Amino acid sequence: MNSDESIKKSLSRASGITQDIFANKDVAHLFIHHDKVVSLQGVPGLIIEPREIPDGIDLQIRLKKNTVVANPVHMCFGLMHKEGIQRINMDITIEDRSSIQVLAHCTFPIAEKIQHLMNATINIGKHASYSYIERHIHGESGGITVVPKATIHLQDHARYKTDFELLKGRVGRIDIDYETFCGPYSVLEMNAKVNATHTDIVHIKEKGHLNGEHAHGVLLSRVAVRDDATAEVYSELTASAAYARGHVDCKEIVQDNGVVSAVPIVKVNHPKAHITHEASLGSVDSKQLQTLMARGLDEEKATDLIIQGLLR
Amino acid sequence: MGIIEIRDLSLTLNGVQILKNVSLDIWDGHIHALVGTNGAGKSTLASTIMGLEGYREVTGDILFRGENINTLSIDERARKGITFGWQEPARFEGVSIFDFVSAGISSGKQDDKETITKDALIQLGLQPEEYLYRSVDQTLSGGERKKIELASIIAMDPPFIMLDEPDSGIDVGTLEKMNEVIKKLKRNGTTILLITHSLAVLRQADHAFLMCDGQIIEKAAASKIIPYFEKNCIPCSHKNMPNKVGAL
Ligand SMILES: Nc1ncnc2c1ncn2[C@@H]1O[C@H](COP(=O)(O)OP(=O)(O)O)[C@@H](O)[C@H]1O
Ligand SMILES: [Mg+2]
Repeated sequence: MNSDESIKKSLSRASGITQDIFANKDVAHLFIHHDKVVSLQGVPGLIIEPREIPDGIDLQIRLKKNTVVANPVHMCFGLMHKEGIQRINMDITIEDRSSIQVLAHCTFPIAEKIQHLMNATINIGKHASYSYIERHIHGESGGITVVPKATIHLQDHARYKTDFELLKGRVGRIDIDYETFCGPYSVLEMNAKVNATHTDIVHIKEKGHLNGEHAHGVLLSRVAVRDDATAEVYSELTASAAYARGHVDCKEIVQDNGVVSAVPIVKVNHPKAHITHEASLGSVDSKQLQTLMARGLDEEKATDLIIQGLLR
Repeated sequence: MGIIEIRDLSLTLNGVQILKNVSLDIWDGHIHALVGTNGAGKSTLASTIMGLEGYREVTGDILFRGENINTLSIDERARKGITFGWQEPARFEGVSIFDFVSAGISSGKQDDKETITKDALIQLGLQPEEYLYRSVDQTLSGGERKKIELASIIAMDPPFIMLDEPDSGIDVGTLEKMNEVIKKLKRNGTTILLITHSLAVLRQADHAFLMCDGQIIEKAAASKIIPYFEKNCIPCSHKNMPNKVGAL
């Protein structure tokens, strides 16, 4: 077995990806280890062009017009070392009336001193749909810094849904910065779920601009902080066209010495637009807690079940 | 013998005395109703028995099987065998019905967790394949949520159950299912306290406590309380409190 094969195996194992996707010609995948492409498979209509750069990869992805990719595409960005930098620059174009779902695994299981820097520009064409799920798997040392930045443009009737999950292993330090511009009748859904412990530091900045008529947008964050972890969540949603509708929903749970601040900013510049927001910060809901305790769960078990649910 | 005995229980909240020297015995294996109009203090009394937050600074005694439980936490009381079904149960984002319903199954029965959970749902007419992996969240109707609350209590299977307004927010068909479930629990020896202002629920009980303005004003067979309650309490025939205790 060559070394690319063995890295691909260990990356996929650490990411929880089953091996059968590699045998299936209908499932596209891209595995990047540090600054090397270790495995790439396309499907018709999907063009993936990686270029190796120092400490990273420049990536051009284009989904051709009217292409519906039936199976989720697996992408894996990882580093099976203790130290290093990984830069991923992505330029993604989802052309009109096409649709794709990407499952991205960001896997750094033994990280002690790692930086993972992601820069993405995403254009989603008319009536096109792009779903991006990013799941992080980190080691237990906390010596990792993750900086994902993305600018996303949605043409009319485009749909973009992103789920960012950092639930396994230590967060270390994360600094998310996403900004989305939404055209008429487009739909935006940005979800971020992070479980922070020890001295983890979480920064989440999400901005959505509902610029087109009938654009809809939801920004949702669920962050649990424990021990001495801190989190700052900044969610900004602006509606500037008739019938633009939006909602910001922050639920952040604090335990121990954790500290959370959430800044939901909602702006409406059009009399026919509408935005709502809800935020709850602090301990778990007392009625939920007491319900589970009334079934015999002690406070800790009850709290765990509630938080697990929020982060699911 | 009383599985629950309340002796001279009083509770003051924000300077207002809500419970006034309540004493009562709940008999093992029977269905009891705690009946009274809105604001009588029924939910407050149940909350003190469960030991909920804000309802713990009581005077008097709450005994479970003869043992004073005043200082026990909610979960300690639950592990002794007391539970409470909320009038408006909490929603849990992301918690599956399976995890919620099975949460209270005792450690000795973990091997049968799945069977117990499914059976509890089926008893309430909820198909496990449809419900098990949905979340206990806003997507459930009020009636579904109430049924799931009861299912979680069936799965826990404690000797003493308090149900606050079990018929609120549910349709007639569901009410029949709930009544069947309550009868079945009784057949298995469970003691039940139904908290209600509805005659339909009161009719399920063997015994009833009539509560008014923070006091128990009558204790009798449910069949005796029903006509009195119907005549005098719907609508309530006095402003706050009857002149004398012992109204029957
Ligand atoms: N935390 C509180 N502070 C002050 N008054 C309360 C509080 N909780 C309940 N009450 C009052 O206690 C009375 C009894 O309430 P409750 O037990 O909910 O009645 P029921 O369940 O019989 O309808 C009501 O008058 C209610 O307003
Ligand atoms: Mg009540």
